Amino acid sequence: MTQVALPIVDRPAEKKIKLDHTNAARAFVTNPDRAPWHDESLWFVRSKRDKQASIIPEWEYLRSLASQVKTATIANLGDYLVEFERNATDAGAVVHWAADAKEHNRIVLGILRDHETTKIVKSKSMLTEECGLNHFLEDNGIDVVDTDLGERIVQLRHETPSHIVLPAIHLKKEEVGETFHEHLGTEKGAKDPKYLAEAARGHLRDKFLAGEVGITGVNFGIAETGGVVVCTNEGNADLGASLPRVHIACMGIEKLVPRLHDLGIFTRLLGRSATGQPITAYTSHFHGPRDENSELHIVLVDNGRSKLRQSDEFRAAMHCIRCGACMNTCPVYRRSGGHSYQATVPGPIGSVLSPTRDLKEHKSLPYACSLCGSCTDVCPVKIPLHHQLLAWRKEIGFMNLLSYDKRISMKAASILFRSAKLFSFAGWVGRKALKVLPHWVTHQRFNTWTIARELPKPPKESFRSWYAKNRNSETPKG
Amino acid sequence: MIQPIEPIQTATTKSRQTILDRLMAKEVESPGLPTPDPSKLTRFDDPLAKFSEILEGVGGQVHLIDDPRQVAEILGKTEVFSNAERIVSLVPEAVDNSFDISSIDDPHDLAAVDWTIARGEFFVAENGSIWIEGQSLPHRVLLFIAQYLAIVVSRREFVHHMHDAYARIEAPKSPFGVFVSGPSKTADIEQSLVLGAHGCRALQVFLTP
Repeated sequence: MTQVALPIVDRPAEKKIKLDHTNAARAFVTNPDRAPWHDESLWFVRSKRDKQASIIPEWEYLRSLASQVKTATIANLGDYLVEFERNATDAGAVVHWAADAKEHNRIVLGILRDHETTKIVKSKSMLTEECGLNHFLEDNGIDVVDTDLGERIVQLRHETPSHIVLPAIHLKKEEVGETFHEHLGTEKGAKDPKYLAEAARGHLRDKFLAGEVGITGVNFGIAETGGVVVCTNEGNADLGASLPRVHIACMGIEKLVPRLHDLGIFTRLLGRSATGQPITAYTSHFHGPRDENSELHIVLVDNGRSKLRQSDEFRAAMHCIRCGACMNTCPVYRRSGGHSYQATVPGPIGSVLSPTRDLKEHKSLPYACSLCGSCTDVCPVKIPLHHQLLAWRKEIGFMNLLSYDKRISMKAASILFRSAKLFSFAGWVGRKALKVLPHWVTHQRFNTWTIARELPKPPKESFRSWYAKNRNSETPKG
Repeated sequence: MIQPIEPIQTATTKSRQTILDRLMAKEVESPGLPTPDPSKLTRFDDPLAKFSEILEGVGGQVHLIDDPRQVAEILGKTEVFSNAERIVSLVPEAVDNSFDISSIDDPHDLAAVDWTIARGEFFVAENGSIWIEGQSLPHRVLLFIAQYLAIVVSRREFVHHMHDAYARIEAPKSPFGVFVSGPSKTADIEQSLVLGAHGCRALQVFLTP
């Protein structure tokens, strides 16, 4: 085997301290055009989702079915994985198991080296993004081409996707035009999406024809049949999995459903929740390699999932089918952009998942949330997202990971709210202070609350004294 | 950092055990798998009309015809078909082949196909999709590599929704099967919908008796 001779280059793990969400979002939020424009784009997608959900009378019923199927799958995940492996192998696929990202990458590289190939075409997969596959393969001399248009755009710009379904949602068409002018030779200043998409079509068709191995993600694996299902609108996964002789499908172990007919539930929910479409343009089912001269490799990846399963509090996050509905509806995500989450999966579900990997590094994410609950309302598999975010905050407080200013103010608030006398005295001080203190005292850099807003005018008297005057004499009726 | 590689098979066997051990270590209660109640699922008075409405909504075109030969007639009126040089028809009673597909071994040789005329097994009313069985395709890439795609399917072969669709498929008959709904499309550039991303630029569906 060639793999023994060739060494593997592993990039040394760079441990950089991540910014907290607030600081990472600053540039995006303070850009007067960008944040409202981004907000509107995503609200448009959310509205399309609402329309689709409202015309399906059994929508809520489908959500509970989906949630039940996922609960049962995750409960018996070990058994279903073994069943999946057996049936996939019987169908002629080769099943690999990867405990973590590093191993996943090595397995993929091993298969590529076995075939002595350096040219691969890849369709969208958040899992390979999570594993850092592109960088790893590039470091080892492989030419990786992302073929989903949005992913290709961010790849050419050396960026990461800012959304799991709409990877380039943070970019304006002028910026895409600029990128394509530089890399694909389109006309300078061109910004017509039709023209730009046509240029990408031509460019990527050459790559498809040159690709020697196709890598795809997996939307659903089916334990009963050993098959995998891939959903796309562009048809890029299909070209990538149908032209080369070798197809590698990378799959998170939580992507299983037990039976073929369970797909009836999930294919109805996925497209509608994701982009407001009745179904994706292509919903492709792969059972084994396409013929006797071809290969299908399925890489099952854990990378923290089995650990997440052990948590009673956060287990339901494994139900996620990566539709992105929670991002599209989240008022914080819409205004702060996906990159501010500094994680492969941003938005509400990302804010739940990232801390399960490294709580210290991602401790600010559960606070990037107004607890409005909208994510929980739209989630097609009923993950109680905002409850989980609140649970993380408790955990962060309990672990003493809160920032010093938050810890002090929480302690102070707790003391204040526990004593009626102290509370009323503080109110008196506050009303007086607001009246007499000069503006510069209340508006300085230590008071972050007043950076973008004025303090309220103090009322003449407290509610307590108003109540004593106006209501105390009346005896409650009944 | 350059290191030797451990053979995949040993590594994968070890990790398989690690993952399964971790999954088996914690027992999790579950209410069991549900079975959808058919009485709670949408049915349509006019499935054909619903299918057409949805498919046209996502950029497909639907034609009701009485005779398969009408496919060639209707397509012939369009420039993209009458100018086409390479047509692969998997429905010989509808459209003639312009070259012999059986001589092709390597799917890459199909890169210049202008049209594929494929056969659909059945259609789904609720979402405007059509199920195509891999075994009806000499090369599955034909569905995706052709510039234009037409699908011929009987209007008697329908299901109301995806639950019935999978009940009808029952078990995989070949390594590949796909629900196709509309032409290939993208909205990755500022949410503007563009038809014809990598796959077909347009989809024509012909419903025969």
